[in-house]
Amino acid sequence: MKYVTEFRDGDLARRLIERIHKTSRKPARLMEFCGGHTVTIFRHGIRKVLPENIEMVSGPGCPVCVTANADLDRAIAIARLPRVIVTTFGDMFKVPGSYGSLQQAHAQGADVRMVYSPLDALRTARDNPGRMVVFLGIGFETTAPTVAASILQAEKEGLENYFVHSMHKVCPPALRALADSGEVRLSGLICPGHVSAITGSQAWVPFAKDYGLSCVVSGFEPLDVLQAVWMLVEQIEQGRSEVEIAYRRGVTFEGNAHARDVMAQVFMPCEADWRGFGRIPGSGLRPSERYRRFDALEVFDVDPGPVVEPAGCQCGAVLRGVVSPPECALFRTVCTPEDPVGPCMVSSEGSCSTWYQFGGDLES
Amino acid sequence: MCLAIPAKVLSIEDTRAQVDMGGIRREVSLMLTPDAAVGDYVLLHCGYAIQRLDEEEALETLQIMEEAGILKDALEE
Repeated sequence: MKYVTEFRDGDLARRLIERIHKTSRKPARLMEFCGGHTVTIFRHGIRKVLPENIEMVSGPGCPVCVTANADLDRAIAIARLPRVIVTTFGDMFKVPGSYGSLQQAHAQGADVRMVYSPLDALRTARDNPGRMVVFLGIGFETTAPTVAASILQAEKEGLENYFVHSMHKVCPPALRALADSGEVRLSGLICPGHVSAITGSQAWVPFAKDYGLSCVVSGFEPLDVLQAVWMLVEQIEQGRSEVEIAYRRGVTFEGNAHARDVMAQVFMPCEADWRGFGRIPGSGLRPSERYRRFDALEVFDVDPGPVVEPAGCQCGAVLRGVVSPPECALFRTVCTPEDPVGPCMVSSEGSCSTWYQFGGDLES
Repeated sequence: MCLAIPAKVLSIEDTRAQVDMGGIRREVSLMLTPDAAVGDYVLLHCGYAIQRLDEEEALETLQIMEEAGILKDALEE
């Protein structure tokens, strides 16, 4: 068992597709919350093989895309301070803020370094004792525990020059905002696989119970997504709205309680600003009282100036599932991966970038 | 962003482990999965194992998919 190739088998995929066609009768609008699922769906042409009565909508599950300009602007302002090294996941590097990107700040002399892991950021702090190393904490429940663990590690080692600018967010409040708005009427939800590895599938129970949404947690291989669609179709045809798991090898109902403990030890909930949604109470994470000295926003007092949103950019509506990328006038014309206007065209799992790469002749 | 890759745990020292990711060896942290043991497959995210993978469940899922086709054949007969 390699846990990868087995879940890319063409014969099994055909069986699942036939099964979906055989079962599905009712019109159904399914949202894949997670940008990783959007990539799987487009890369493997899954939209094209589903019955016409099933409509797929991409959701806001791309942490880079939902980062508000105000937060990014602060990160860039911190990067411009003397003696500071900003470390960031690569996806964030090219995202345009109000007055340019981290990449542009880097070109102008700011020390911005791309890292693969918060462990690399810790190493940078160890290797540069005379500098202040700020890690940009971007990510949902999947990533926040790793950054929390890095803060615990820094504390254990007595590293005094490691800081985190936490822009972490948790998914359920945003999903609730989406469901409450009534802008997009959904029948089912493909729930994020690796967020659920931490939270457990229990996180989605309120959406099945309170909102009547059929929910299935999916993995990221093509068979995982097809199985999730099949399970959703079964639920919808039978009039059920429950939480099920199509990714049982990596996700349980309970999730990873230890990782959640680490996260809860270091971070506390706070209000967070989501692109496309605005401020959502309790949807963000910031270092708790005890770990305040690691909080870059406490340590570095910056004023990045007023937020400027790019004219015509529809990223907010794309993230809410209201507009599909080709419906944005800037898509492919002014906004391309080489010269992106909004974050959904920058991130490797942003809807616009995914449509641009794999969407081909697909209509909206 | 939430990408996580299966990797096999080769050896463990304290909270650090050597893992094999499709032929590539890497050192990762087990701080979030203290129960992981040598020989386990884990989901790797940003240098940390975030969950153990369950082989029995994986095999069962593949079996369900196999049966999706068998059931379909039975329905058509």
